[in-house]
Amino acid sequence: MDLLDLTITQLHEGFKKKQFTSVQVTKAYLDHIHKKDKEINAYLSVTEKLALDQAEKADKKMSEGKEFPVLCGVPCAIKDNILVEGERATAGSNILKDYVAPYDATVIKKLKSQGAVILGKTNLDEFAMGVSTENSAFKITKNPHDITRVPGGSSGGSAAAVAAQEAVYSLGSDTGGSIRLPASFCGVVGLNPTYGAVSRYGAIALASSLDQIGPMAKNVEDCKVVFEAICGKDPMDATSVATEIQNAKFKIQNLRIGVPKEYFSEGIDPEVEKIIKNAIKKAKDAGAKIIPVSLPNTKYAIACYYIIVPSEASANLARYDGIKYGHSEIKNHKSQITNLLDVYLKSRGVGFGPEPKRRILVGTYALSSGYYDAYYKKALQVRELIKKDFIEVFKKVDVLFTPVSPIPAFKIGQKTSDPLSMYLMDIYTGPVKLAGVPALSLPAGKIGKLPVGLQIIGNYFEENKILDIASQLEKML
Amino acid sequence: MISKEQVEHIAKLARLELTKAEVQKMQTDLSSILDYFEVLKKAPQKVADRGRAAGRPTSTSLRKDEVIKGPASLANNLVALAPDTKDNYIKVKQVL
Repeated sequence: MDLLDLTITQLHEGFKKKQFTSVQVTKAYLDHIHKKDKEINAYLSVTEKLALDQAEKADKKMSEGKEFPVLCGVPCAIKDNILVEGERATAGSNILKDYVAPYDATVIKKLKSQGAVILGKTNLDEFAMGVSTENSAFKITKNPHDITRVPGGSSGGSAAAVAAQEAVYSLGSDTGGSIRLPASFCGVVGLNPTYGAVSRYGAIALASSLDQIGPMAKNVEDCKVVFEAICGKDPMDATSVATEIQNAKFKIQNLRIGVPKEYFSEGIDPEVEKIIKNAIKKAKDAGAKIIPVSLPNTKYAIACYYIIVPSEASANLARYDGIKYGHSEIKNHKSQITNLLDVYLKSRGVGFGPEPKRRILVGTYALSSGYYDAYYKKALQVRELIKKDFIEVFKKVDVLFTPVSPIPAFKIGQKTSDPLSMYLMDIYTGPVKLAGVPALSLPAGKIGKLPVGLQIIGNYFEENKILDIASQLEKML
Repeated sequence: MISKEQVEHIAKLARLELTKAEVQKMQTDLSSILDYFEVLKKAPQKVADRGRAAGRPTSTSLRKDEVIKGPASLANNLVALAPDTKDNYIKVKQVL
């Protein structure tokens, strides 16, 4: 038995039967990371000491003979924009290169209370701005299925870590597709929860009206276990909502599946379309009702999204001022700082990479006097239209089946010179975020060695319906 | 095409120092991004009121306005992150 092959539930059973210890499993993962990650670059930091301490504690807890939580002793990876106390949290940016998290994010508190083992912090596009993880200030993560290709982004490190058996599961964050796209490209399961289902406290903010933390795992069952561990109302996040976990089982044969025509329009790779259509056919053969539907305002989603996100990001990133924390030029004599304004200008000029700079400028422009109505206000109005599209469609269907991305993983460097072509990669994942509904990426097939994900979109707070359907479909695909 | 002066003006508003090369690159990038936004002009004018159409709770719930006791280590951790400090205070350049 190879320990690295086991899922969360299999490890849990193994721990119960005393087939192996958490320290053994953790060491197996750390050994594999030391060998494999030279090639993949999934991790920005490996928290070996923390992991072994946690594993020892977990073993102690598990040896007491009482019942223990399902995540106890199971090693995971955390996206480097989520705070783990005492460990570096860079958000993939030079401006936070030496930033050590002063407290735990709520999701980390929850994982720790179950006895989780944290192996390290994973690579991402700088401040989660990107679709390929190429915007990281530190390294380029490779797709484990083809190392000449990107893993997707921005949670590329978290997806690659699971795909390359460098973690049992991981946490990512999704603002416009940042969990689902890398899950699709790397062939793992990734869940973007309903906005508000999971606390954002301790997640480094990109766009606060869209950001959500979510799980990435080897299979749907594991994804569900992690989601249930991290969801819920948190007094530290005013937008978090108490969610009731429904135990009702949803059967695929009773299901009405909507297929939105806008998600199969020009630009989609015919091979991707074939794989998604095949998944839809499998569901139909199992008895589900397939209903063609329309989300007419989809065509405005990318423009709307790329006004709202930079606007919020330009405000959120104002906190990096060279004074409170993060990179500062204040003591650099070469910078010739004479006043407070210089500290801001120069610290930010040196600290931020090209994509954050681009988005800060777009956001500042869209919010500035004279342009606010034409850009930001207009985008907010269009966002309501997109939200309404989903609300209307969910009166007719239970879930939507769509591709996650129009193409499989692309070559490293292929799109780096054209930021707009990167933005267009969010075409099928962005609208979901503007509406705030949950969606999951399920591996549905491969083009050659490149995985393709099916996106299952559900109504607000119906994660369990999505997970149930995904789990049944997983066995058919 | 957005002008060099416009980029420099926005950058200053955003408290961001850009090199000459960066200004030039941002002129091209911003122009193509802003051109793409033109598509929104075609969007339906009649819109739902913000929040009304929502099928999810849009109200945020606030916690009680009371002091939450945190460990002294948290405050120390936070101050320790500042790049310039004196006697456990964060130091800034003269404002006035």
